[in-house]
Amino acid sequence: MSDATHTGPLAHHFETLEQQNETSAIGMWAFLVQEVMFFGGMFACYIVYRHMYPTAFLEGSAHLDPLLGGINTAVLLGSSLTMALAVRAAQLGKRGQTALLIGATVVLGLVFFGVKYFEYAEKWHHGLVPGLHWAPTGNPDPHLHIFFALYFIMTGMHALHMVIGFVLMAFVGVRALRGRYSPENYIGVEVLGLYWHFVDLVWIFLFPLLYLLSAHLGGGAH
Amino acid sequence: MTAASKQHASTKESNYLTAGYGVRSWLLTVDHKRIALLYLISLTTFFSVGGLFAVLIRLELLTPQGDLFQSETYNKLFTMHGIFMVFFFLVPSIPAVLGNFFLPLMIGARDVAFPKLNLLSWYVYAAGGLVTLFAMFAGGVDTGWTFYAPYSSTYANSHVILAALGIFITGFSSILTGVNFIATTHRMRAPGLTWMRLPLFVWANYATSLIMVLGTPVIAVTILLVAIERLLHVGIFDPALGGDPILFQHLFWFYSHPAVYIMILPGMGVMSEIVACFTRKRIFGYKIVAMSSLAIAILGFLVWGHHMFVSGQSMYAGFVFSLLSMLVAVPSAIKVFNWTATMYRGSITFATPMLYALGFIGLFTIGGLTGIFLAAMALDIHVHDTYFVVAHFHYVMVGGMVMAYLGGLHFYWPKMFGRMYHEGLAKVAAVMIFIGFNLTFFPQFLLGYLGMPRRYHVYDEDFQVLNVLSTAGASVLGLGFALPICYLIFSLKFGKKVGDNPWDAAGLEWTISSPPYEHNFHEIPEVTEEAYDYGKREAARV
Amino acid sequence: MFEDFTLFPEAASTVAGGIDRLYFFLIGMTTFAVAGILSALILFSIRYRRRPDRAAQQIDGSVPLEIIWSAIPLALWVFIFGWSAKLYLEIHTTPSEGMTYFVTGKQWMWKIQHPTGQREINTMHVPRGEVVILKLVSEDVIHDFFVPAFRIKQDVLPGTQYTTIWFEATKVGTYDLFCAEYCGTKHSEMIGSVVVMDPADYQAWLDGQPAGQDPVDAGRVLFENLRCVTCHDAGSGQRGPDLSGRFGRPTSLSDGRTVLFDESYVRESILEPKRRLSAGYQPLMPTYTGQVTDTQINQLIAYVKSLANSDVAPKGGDADGGNGQ
Repeated sequence: MSDATHTGPLAHHFETLEQQNETSAIGMWAFLVQEVMFFGGMFACYIVYRHMYPTAFLEGSAHLDPLLGGINTAVLLGSSLTMALAVRAAQLGKRGQTALLIGATVVLGLVFFGVKYFEYAEKWHHGLVPGLHWAPTGNPDPHLHIFFALYFIMTGMHALHMVIGFVLMAFVGVRALRGRYSPENYIGVEVLGLYWHFVDLVWIFLFPLLYLLSAHLGGGAH
Repeated sequence: MTAASKQHASTKESNYLTAGYGVRSWLLTVDHKRIALLYLISLTTFFSVGGLFAVLIRLELLTPQGDLFQSETYNKLFTMHGIFMVFFFLVPSIPAVLGNFFLPLMIGARDVAFPKLNLLSWYVYAAGGLVTLFAMFAGGVDTGWTFYAPYSSTYANSHVILAALGIFITGFSSILTGVNFIATTHRMRAPGLTWMRLPLFVWANYATSLIMVLGTPVIAVTILLVAIERLLHVGIFDPALGGDPILFQHLFWFYSHPAVYIMILPGMGVMSEIVACFTRKRIFGYKIVAMSSLAIAILGFLVWGHHMFVSGQSMYAGFVFSLLSMLVAVPSAIKVFNWTATMYRGSITFATPMLYALGFIGLFTIGGLTGIFLAAMALDIHVHDTYFVVAHFHYVMVGGMVMAYLGGLHFYWPKMFGRMYHEGLAKVAAVMIFIGFNLTFFPQFLLGYLGMPRRYHVYDEDFQVLNVLSTAGASVLGLGFALPICYLIFSLKFGKKVGDNPWDAAGLEWTISSPPYEHNFHEIPEVTEEAYDYGKREAARV
Repeated sequence: MFEDFTLFPEAASTVAGGIDRLYFFLIGMTTFAVAGILSALILFSIRYRRRPDRAAQQIDGSVPLEIIWSAIPLALWVFIFGWSAKLYLEIHTTPSEGMTYFVTGKQWMWKIQHPTGQREINTMHVPRGEVVILKLVSEDVIHDFFVPAFRIKQDVLPGTQYTTIWFEATKVGTYDLFCAEYCGTKHSEMIGSVVVMDPADYQAWLDGQPAGQDPVDAGRVLFENLRCVTCHDAGSGQRGPDLSGRFGRPTSLSDGRTVLFDESYVRESILEPKRRLSAGYQPLMPTYTGQVTDTQINQLIAYVKSLANSDVAPKGGDADGGNGQ
């Protein structure tokens, strides 16, 4: 990359580090706005179909385990905490601690994936995967597949965002270990934190909308 | 590139074009100006592909019978025409070419906020384009650019998923460009360049970026759902499985109506620059014009339902969308009045860019006012999905956007390449495009009210006279578009060399060399004036 | 190619005149505005072309002018909104009395069923001066029923719901019927015609048709053959609601909402019985998707409709059969 005017962490087209940091932050915020709209499209579908087929949604929700969902919620909240601590560590210039905390975030994310794998496998086993393996037993609601289609699309998109998060964390974690961040220049860790908190936030909406419907509306039908 | 950039400080002649040679120096560049040229080349290619489809469509419609193509082929032709023109030309055109090149120059920055992301945007755009081209060569897609479910998700036998994938990928290019421009405009302005001193082109691109960031992800998820539905039949849009095809239309138009403003707002920005320069005046009502861009960006998100007055959507929703559509027309009208008022007591010259600007005002006025016909629900019942709609959006898209794009290209060409094109030929082309355009699309308004539905391969014989006129106009229009491609390329080598400011225009972009240096400014300038400070220049001239 | 040349479509329905008036008003507005803008452009271009001895006069703007040229278009367009909304309401509100035709769109043809059971494809005979109500539904993708001479257009959706449109033809003649929503390969060949006849001629034409089965009678037979009657009759202890006297009235649902018991609701209840269940009943009815054709659904609807004003229980072969338990 050409770097005609500056050396060090300041890119050629910025005047000061402060300007560079502010620019990165505003870029990430703008990107997160687009993420909100992306998930917003799916939430819009959810609202429409839940209104159209309330019984299918109740029945579908009863197939999901609020305990597993709850555990995953706690795990993700924990990962947000380690992420926030990683940002703090970077701010204080502790490179080892930063990398370690980012690593802990990844581990918690993988725990989430483990639970999710267990849940997905169980749905597959029960024939609750529309389009691929759809053979629900008993007398299922005729529109149950729409609930599960949305369940897999929404949680799947959320999981994809987590995978992207892992890739970014590997990148930022290695840079942290190599001492590329300092108390003046830790914006890379900070925007990664913003992204991860957003991914967490999406789950905070998904959990009650998917898992807690039957517990709430069906009077504990589960 | 690194070697070249080290030398640039010492030799003043070195510019962004000579800062590096070879394919690598272009394909790995992070210079916003070079990326703009990469876009220019790929956009022109896609425009030519889309244009070729348009020619074939008009040839088929010369006669009422389907004698040139099979129905399958004709349906693919208009689909691919729409997809290439909308997603690969109109949406990116001005932001990606003129915006990329001039936004940093106008705000006194050395580059956009995220140069590598900017290059990534182009690669993503090119990849999306290649996938869509592949879909075309593999047999094409026949759903219309609107991809209405359940035809697209269940019934069509063409390459819907491939084409959808191409559009999905290209969407990321829009999003990344939007993010980049927002961050650039917020944080990269030169000292003293306050928001109210920004050139209106910057305002327009900023408003456009907001729509790109807010709207594009919705079309992305919609198209993703169509692809999932088509692959797996999960029932999201297929009524046979309990899905709601009207929901698809809501999601589709939630993006695709604001997308109309993605296409026209940057053109309005170019208009302001051209009108100010060639009337030698500050834009009349600068603040109002700037704010009207934002108003359009925001209101534009609240009117999508006017595409669905006959779809079976609730009548009350229809009332709301109809009223809001009337409101969104107001800021556009304000802009037209302000440009016209800018000419009052000006000192007007008629170089090629100004001819395009005058054409824009006339055609956009017609395009905008015929939009009122469509926003009026009762009338829309009759003209919805007829050639009236086709004529209306071509008046806005081609009469507005393409005229502004060409005007902007002619205005900025000497800055981009340091050479001037043949002015006489350029004026001939501008007049040809104006005449050809009107001859092509005005008859379509009449066809629409007569009742000719759009996307018709064979049609009633009553409609033939007007269709023949339209095809005749299209041939003039086609020649008009071919001409600039020739003389502009010719000018790269043989054009007269020009100085840094051939139009004697105001603005930071005109203070640096033509073509600009690799990093634009040796010293970041300090801005002390309002935009369009033509008063001083006029005082000096007289 | 010139013999049929025209710039304006024929107007042959009661609503066409109103839409044309709005159209002409809008053309007037557009012409006036475009002429105004163009005159200003031309005038300024000549008057203020560059002269060596005259400098451009810098003007920042004018708040009063901005207000004027925002307020006038706004007022005008809100007026147009009001006008068109009123007209739309008129067109959109289906008259309560009229001849109900069922129209089914499928790739790429229109199937039409007359109120008296006669069926046609791509041609639709209607009497002049009568309100004709169309119940539209599609078997596959979205189509659109468009008759330019009547200035009416309505999307035709697949699924459980009918869309409705109506017209009253004012002129005898044959008018184009187009599909206006792109529906695949032969979209442009999904055309037909509406033949408007004098009422007497229409009656004569009807009589000349092969005697269509009366939809009400056919529906009654189906009602028995499909065993609808076992649950839906007036006998005691029924598992489904008694259908007499229900059509055209609001009916309450098990989830507390209310729905109009109309053609769409009957159709939906046959195809997706669990979706909107009548209050007080269990979701026992199976779906009939795939077991009944659109024609049969139309006949069932005609029969259920015929029960609207009857206090008599549906005539089932074994009126008490099946609900003894």
